[in-house]
Amino acid sequence: MTRDRVHRLLLPLVVACVLVGLWQWWVVAYDIPQFLVPSPLVVAQTLAKDWSLLGAALLVTLKVTFLSLLCSVLLGVAIAFAFVQSKWIETAFFPYAVLLQVTPIVAIAPLIIIWVKSPTASLVICATLVALFPIIANTTLGLRSVNPGLQSLFRMNRATRWQTLIRLRIPSALPYFFGGLRISSGLALIGAVVAEFVAGTGGTGTGLAYQILQSGYQLNIPRMFAALALITATGVALFALMGALSNWALGGWHESAMTLGEN
Amino acid sequence: MNSQSPAVLIEAAEKTYPNGTRALLPVNFTVQRGEFVSLLGPSGCGKSTLLNMVAGLLAPSAGRISVWGESPNAQSQKRQRMSFVFQEATLMPWARVAANVRLPLDLQGIDRADAELRVRDALKLVGLEKFGASYPRELSGGMQMRASIARSLVTDPSLLLMDEPFGALDEITRNRLDDELLSLWRSKGLTVIFVTHSIHEAVYLSSRVVVMAARPGRVVEEIAITPSVPRDDAFRVSTEFAAYAKRLQDSLLRASTNADEALA
Repeated sequence: MTRDRVHRLLLPLVVACVLVGLWQWWVVAYDIPQFLVPSPLVVAQTLAKDWSLLGAALLVTLKVTFLSLLCSVLLGVAIAFAFVQSKWIETAFFPYAVLLQVTPIVAIAPLIIIWVKSPTASLVICATLVALFPIIANTTLGLRSVNPGLQSLFRMNRATRWQTLIRLRIPSALPYFFGGLRISSGLALIGAVVAEFVAGTGGTGTGLAYQILQSGYQLNIPRMFAALALITATGVALFALMGALSNWALGGWHESAMTLGEN
Repeated sequence: MNSQSPAVLIEAAEKTYPNGTRALLPVNFTVQRGEFVSLLGPSGCGKSTLLNMVAGLLAPSAGRISVWGESPNAQSQKRQRMSFVFQEATLMPWARVAANVRLPLDLQGIDRADAELRVRDALKLVGLEKFGASYPRELSGGMQMRASIARSLVTDPSLLLMDEPFGALDEITRNRLDDELLSLWRSKGLTVIFVTHSIHEAVYLSSRVVVMAARPGRVVEEIAITPSVPRDDAFRVSTEFAAYAKRLQDSLLRASTNADEALA
């Protein structure tokens, strides 16, 4: 590992340790009651103690997040291809893609939860609606961002539409697609949590959002913090995973995948 | 390919864009087999437009262009007797150099093993035989341009169209690539049309220079370059070279003053 990479891992960790240390010290020194702000130590203990409950909830949230991310990718890429095939389709439908983006999910989630019987399916639909737009917008942009010289080269060589798509358009779009994927992965998690908040106790699967709601009712603040910590950790892990995926796919050639120390 | 017909025949070809901009007034000229013709002129003189029309990438709004006796588009249908080198190297950043050079063969559906052999030969021609497995970003600007030239040669073209290919390179690299291009032109018996805005490059490379002017884009004059000495570093600093350069410069200056008067 290069020095730069060590630094990039180490520095944020140092910041985290200092902040958690300050928090612990503040709670102990000022004798803050647990039902207001639990100390990090208590949160960690709760996490361990309630792991069977919280771990199961985490799995439910993860399932909804990944299913909705998968749906967004499949749907988003398909829509982007349709947009690129014809300006006509894009002009007709792009405003609706924007509509999708600007409508707050909390406003339509109750409807979806009423309409769709399966609780998992309704949550996945809500989260997909939240995560879809960046994939559509970025992939469309990427499929259009083809080097004009390369495009002429393909034309001069009588490339078929299919050859141009596979050999030129899709590779050109990849960096944009992965940019969208990173944003969407975070949004899928947020969508999953928000939808579950709205769904409340109606569902059978109880995810992390449900645990937060329940802990709130019971004034079990340490458990609330523990669930919150799990959601945050999931978000960070997702972001890192998408980053790794993008580096793996673009590693050899794209500027975004180059580590800082190189060249 | 008709062996009797000239490499390129341009008959009253012109380009007017739908918005009324006259990119190029009617142009007539012929490029014979084996010639090295430069199109020299300032920005906006329509030299790239003309080259793109010869390549079949742009259609003339009037007039006729034929390449080896056929329309440019019919031509490229028949196994690429014509290749284009762009202003930038225009390599696919995601593909290794060898795959970039192989692209025209892949698009034509040529057998992989055969293609690999031809790629190796093309890379050798431009001195990149050790860099087939590199990615374009790992190469210098000059080496990327060499890869681009290898890609244009891999189809074994008889006509090479080059649009200011060395414009972005430093002068030392540019001079070296000019020399390499000249020796390729001789050894492969190529016909070259070379767009440039460098007077010195035009004198050094060309057997004939077509001087062009802007606003509106048009051909001003054709000047044959027939030095009595070989084209090498000594030629670059010879009085003969300077005399040719002065003739081209005067021609360019005259054209631009005429245009200013016409506007006034």
